[in-house]
Amino acid sequence: MQDNAAPAKGQVPLIQTHDLQKLFPVKKGVFGKTVAHVHAVDGVSITIMRGETLGLVGESGCGKTTLGRAILRLTEPTGGKIIFGGKDITSVPLAQLRSLRKRFQIVFQDPYSSLDPRMTVERIIGEGFKIHGPPPSASKNVKFAERERIHQLIEQVGLSHDHLSRLPHEFSGGQKQRIALARALAVEPDFIVLDEPTSALDVSVQAQALNLLKKLQDKFGLTYLFISHDLSVVGHMSDRIAVMYLGKVIELAPTNEFLNNAQHPYTQALIASIPIPDPRMKKDRKGIEGEVPSPIDPPKGCRFNPRCTYVEPICKLKEPPLVDIGNGHLVACHKCTGQACAMEKPA
Amino acid sequence: MSGERRPILEIKGLRTQFLLHEGTVTALDGIDLTIYENESVGIVGETGCGKSMTAFSVLRLVPPPGKITAGSIRFKGVELTTLTVDQMRGIRGKLISMIFQDPSTSLDPVFTVGSQLGEVISLHQGIYEEAALKKKVLQVLKLVRIAAPESVVRQYPHELSGGMKQRVMIALALSCNPSLLIADEPTTALDVTIQAQILNLLKDLVRGAGSSMMLITHNLGVVAEACDRICIMYAGRIVEIAETLDLFENPMHPYTKGLLKAFPKLGEQKDELNVIRGTVPNLMKPFRGCPFVDRCDSSMEKCRAFRPIMLEVKPRHFVSCHLYSGGG
Repeated sequence: MQDNAAPAKGQVPLIQTHDLQKLFPVKKGVFGKTVAHVHAVDGVSITIMRGETLGLVGESGCGKTTLGRAILRLTEPTGGKIIFGGKDITSVPLAQLRSLRKRFQIVFQDPYSSLDPRMTVERIIGEGFKIHGPPPSASKNVKFAERERIHQLIEQVGLSHDHLSRLPHEFSGGQKQRIALARALAVEPDFIVLDEPTSALDVSVQAQALNLLKKLQDKFGLTYLFISHDLSVVGHMSDRIAVMYLGKVIELAPTNEFLNNAQHPYTQALIASIPIPDPRMKKDRKGIEGEVPSPIDPPKGCRFNPRCTYVEPICKLKEPPLVDIGNGHLVACHKCTGQACAMEKPA
Repeated sequence: MSGERRPILEIKGLRTQFLLHEGTVTALDGIDLTIYENESVGIVGETGCGKSMTAFSVLRLVPPPGKITAGSIRFKGVELTTLTVDQMRGIRGKLISMIFQDPSTSLDPVFTVGSQLGEVISLHQGIYEEAALKKKVLQVLKLVRIAAPESVVRQYPHELSGGMKQRVMIALALSCNPSLLIADEPTTALDVTIQAQILNLLKDLVRGAGSSMMLITHNLGVVAEACDRICIMYAGRIVEIAETLDLFENPMHPYTKGLLKAFPKLGEQKDELNVIRGTVPNLMKPFRGCPFVDRCDSSMEKCRAFRPIMLEVKPRHFVSCHLYSGGG
């Protein structure tokens, strides 16, 4: 599934998940008997198009990180299928998976713990070549080719050559995140999972990092899964946005549609809860009461029903499916199914 | 400033330094800030700019080897920098109280919520009788809108969620009706929906009790919603103070302008965010001029040589920048 005719951005699916599920067992007692399961990711079916950025938002514990890791098989899913570039990779043996991993990379949230403190930047970036082979080059000399590629990478992420011989502790958070990104780019991946890449950074540095991510995406035609709890950042970065709640995707829509015409009551509350840096838009925020229930024993029916203002009897009995309501806008809510969405937005 | 408003906290020329082997780190370099009665002031800045250190200095809780080396802090006319440790203890928690960023590390894990609240109340209000104390504890927990206060009283901090713990912290801080509440990043560790609940709660309670609040955060959205005035800090100095609306509509200092633009706004489609180039300067090196000079697009020669002073450029709008001093 290499791009032979260079299809337009967002036309060809790169990754599809079918009913992806990851349950973590809860063990108790001397014999470690499994008494329950944490439903971290519970039946997620999404498609990520080649060249797009899919934003994934949700509160802590909703399963967004687990979904990102399950797609890369960094945690083994307990059910469902993952299709990467037309190939089912759900049950590919680990040895084979290793060579596939060249095409998908991940950048973690915490740059302080994701870089080995005893390796120089040059070794960190070049580690991928040890596993996946040296980069393609005209030169016969492998060492030379690697070094050349590393120099190229460090420039692409906006650092300079003399940074290469240093150790991670000599860098600031923003610079560390750049190094992590260079490492991910080294093996020329198609797809990068960005797990809260800017959460640990300050505002002015965050802006630099976001710009860099966009620039690199345009240059190399990368596909991103951008995981974050910060809707303003996700709104800035993504072509489409998905919301997760207790292990389920409850709404997915193109960014504009998402921000202006969110349908699910939870999404609406989430958008209304963001503090806006504009005092004139000071509104009496209508948040939601209560807190996210435990994912060990999620509520029956719609998982949002205990906190929902529009709850009806059906919501407690039947789980709403994710339905397309037009314009590529998917919602899982009984109130919104069908073409006409009768629900009023709360003022 | 208008005459009828009474200042509750006056900080003048405050300098807090850390004397290390490698040299002296000037965490706060001449802070001037006044907080009036019934007002909430937001302090905004990036990591290491000295926002938390301002709060610690006011409470005289600067961790060693840090020291307040110059300046005065007057609270209701009383000079705090020269009080004895015992006198200070009578002020902390009772007249000035503080909410910390991380609720899970600021509660004691081996005591129940009820006993921690009870301790504060009996210490500062002299209520020792068990029934009265219990009643007061429940009353405080109800105030912060905890759903089942009777059961929360008997619970340990680990049994509560992050939002609940922060509510308990607010209850602790407000239990003695302090005149000044210092909230250091009270919502940073929380999710957005919970953040909205906590912010609303803080606003209501502070206004209802007629207290003043110093809200420290890096999130401009949070201060826009909760504060009357905003104070922007950079590298241990205050660069701009103005009323909230004024600051957002007419930011004057180049750093403030950059900070406002660097925020991705919801629903605004932009290919590129504006960035402030470079990084925060090293506070160990003393600088003569403006600390922002290396990142500033409109820096001039005198920015390197002279330190800008705080000027009231417009009524109630203070800026410390050479662009607005003298002829400019």
